Amino acid sequence: MMTFFPKTNIDFLKYRKVYFTISALIFVVGIYLFATKGLNMGVDFTGGTMVQVKFEQTVDMAKVREALTQTGSESELQSYGDNTYAVREKGTEGNIDEVQARVEKALDTLNVPYVVQQTNFVGPSVGQDMTERAVWAIILSLVFIIIYVAFRFSNILWGTSGVIALFHDLFVMAVAFAITQREIDLVVVAAFLTVAGFSINDTIVIFDRIRENMRLHPRASLGELINLSINETLSRTVITSITVVGSLFILYFFGGEALNSFSFAMLVGCICGFYTTVALTTPLVYVWTHGGESRETTPAAAPSRKAAEAPKVQKEEHPAPAQAAGPSKKSVRKSRRNRR
Amino acid sequence: MSKSLAIKWIVIIVILLGSMALIYPNYRWYSKPNAEREKLEALGERPQRILNLGLDLRGGSSLLLELDVSKLSDREPLNEAMARAIEIIRNRIDQYGVGETSITRQGEKWILVQLPGVANPAAAEALIGKTAMLEFHIVKNDTTAAEKAIAKLESMDEPYDQDGALKPEIAKLLPEGYTIFRTKDGGYNVVDKVAKVTGADLDDAHLTMYGENGYPEVAFSFNAEGAKKFGQLTGSNIGKQLAIVLDNTIQSAPVVQSRITKEGRISGTFTLEEARQLTIVLKAGALPAPVRIIEKRTIGPTLGEDSIKSGLGASLYALLAILLFMIIYYKWAGFIADTALVLNLVLLLAVMSYFSATLTVPGIAGIILSLAMAIDANVLIIERMREEKLLGKPIPTIIQLGYDKAWSAIFDSNITTIIVGCCLLQFGTGPVKGFAVTLIIGLTVSLFTAVFVTRAMYEMILTSNPKEISL
Repeated sequence: MMTFFPKTNIDFLKYRKVYFTISALIFVVGIYLFATKGLNMGVDFTGGTMVQVKFEQTVDMAKVREALTQTGSESELQSYGDNTYAVREKGTEGNIDEVQARVEKALDTLNVPYVVQQTNFVGPSVGQDMTERAVWAIILSLVFIIIYVAFRFSNILWGTSGVIALFHDLFVMAVAFAITQREIDLVVVAAFLTVAGFSINDTIVIFDRIRENMRLHPRASLGELINLSINETLSRTVITSITVVGSLFILYFFGGEALNSFSFAMLVGCICGFYTTVALTTPLVYVWTHGGESRETTPAAAPSRKAAEAPKVQKEEHPAPAQAAGPSKKSVRKSRRNRR
Repeated sequence: MSKSLAIKWIVIIVILLGSMALIYPNYRWYSKPNAEREKLEALGERPQRILNLGLDLRGGSSLLLELDVSKLSDREPLNEAMARAIEIIRNRIDQYGVGETSITRQGEKWILVQLPGVANPAAAEALIGKTAMLEFHIVKNDTTAAEKAIAKLESMDEPYDQDGALKPEIAKLLPEGYTIFRTKDGGYNVVDKVAKVTGADLDDAHLTMYGENGYPEVAFSFNAEGAKKFGQLTGSNIGKQLAIVLDNTIQSAPVVQSRITKEGRISGTFTLEEARQLTIVLKAGALPAPVRIIEKRTIGPTLGEDSIKSGLGASLYALLAILLFMIIYYKWAGFIADTALVLNLVLLLAVMSYFSATLTVPGIAGIILSLAMAIDANVLIIERMREEKLLGKPIPTIIQLGYDKAWSAIFDSNITTIIVGCCLLQFGTGPVKGFAVTLIIGLTVSLFTAVFVTRAMYEMILTSNPKEISL
């Protein structure tokens, strides 16, 4: 039997403060980047015109840029490699034929033969519509995921943790796009949503294991159960990540320009998703269930907890370090246990 | 072999054969050379149930049109107007002779026109965009008010506002019931505001190569009612100028020599192509309201080919890498997972062919991702079996528990991803929709192949009472 991880017993929860700090840092840096650099939204969303040309010989990007300044309008130049350039005019309401003619006239001055490979014109109303659709798709997906997970695991807290983990993945992807200033188009939005699906997939595999282990080890504390479950599923997490990330690498390097942004987004999302699965989702469940470590057991809460649960739980070797924050959370816990 | 296992295998084999039968027409079609496919497409002899290639893969242009609802007649409900507009655009394009065009309504007042591989998108665009409002107005230039208005108008840069209506300062100079149209050569004519006869009364139109001035002309004939109305109009206005107005521009304004009923012609300084397009749009009828192009995407055929080549190549390498990795890491269990994966791909393509789904670049990505989820399902199962094996359980129990314990995780994760796919399908447009379709079909198929089929294979192995299980 070939194994990368024979049998691990890592205390993942121990370092939760480190994970939370890392994520908080990413969050701060991300917000800063969004505020300063911003996201490079494509003409799909801003509206505008894009003309993509391929030169038959090598042309210096600076020269192309210089030629384009003659058009007298605000245009952005992006290199796709392989002598392929995209010229964009965002938010213009002008006709694509005018813009294309203007761009072609400017490029003709370079005296290098080229072909127009692709042109896009998106009117402002369409761009707005696309943005609305994308936002709705994301919001609805998240809401349905929370509902489904809450339903399957009888606990809204787990569903919410899963969605926060997912949001974390999407946030990191957005940060990667802010850093690289890659353009966000419709295909990239598809990548974001796929990562959302993957992220929740990983979360569910671990939640499923915790649910099972709760049945198998009724006396174990939540912390123990979480650590056990992450360790038990670690092998699967690694193998699946290897296959997914591996195939994405191939798509990224050999998939051609059309798949490039997509696979870049997916790569960032999946690698981040691997980290999130291990380091964020379940620690969040842990911290939330125990209402944070600062809350020590309150005398008033302790007896009621005992009364609410079956007598055998009283012998628990590792009682939870803190009580649930309030009666509502306790009842959620109780209902989960009653499902066994 | 038990009876239930035999039934399982019969189901699997029937599905496999059915899938191959569905995929075969694709192979036949796409192995034909490009030119032959185009010829057959123009003849409308393209097989029905095969995969379509999206514009990003085959090249072409896509236009999104917006119907100007404010110009709709009050009597026509929006839905009817949209259906009519789509029908008219389809007629125009069909007469122009472009293969496999898809024209669909999008949202409330948008129409999406997809023209695969059109060599001259500008011509097609001009054809679609023409409102083709043909009207006949009697010219009334001979009043002092009209002369004053035209004099004032010629001093202005732009006498019409954005909607094409006459600006108020001009309109107020004119008596009630009159308006001014621009002529093709840049002049202006005052005419009766209400057109007595319009293009809606036309019966037919055809192209005349050499008209009076050597320019091509468009000859037309009226239907019975149109002939009656046109007869009245011309009969009572002999000696006056009749303006032939197309889309608010006077094409020509000949003097009415006699009462005309059935036939007429539009002459002007048309080029042959202009005259040809005019004939087509007059035949197909006028749009219920003007349309405006609000989105236009054109992808050159070479770029499409490049996308196919590199996209398919990379996807194939990715697939091979996954297959190889699984066999190396999981041995026989990996082989079984691989078989299920290939079957997954076959089924997916078969289902897509059956629904004539359109394959786009994001669609290919959707396939890859559903395959990755299928692999994940098998990884979950095999890892579970490994755990049970380490506990020293007998082989049938290992397999039984492996599936039982992995099932809930596989089911939940597939369902949540399908939920995401459905949200994408509901709100996505074009390329994103293609992605969602392949993802949803792929995941549904993978629940069958990655769980049901692999299990049947293990059960098959169990019938020979193996001593060892290779995981």
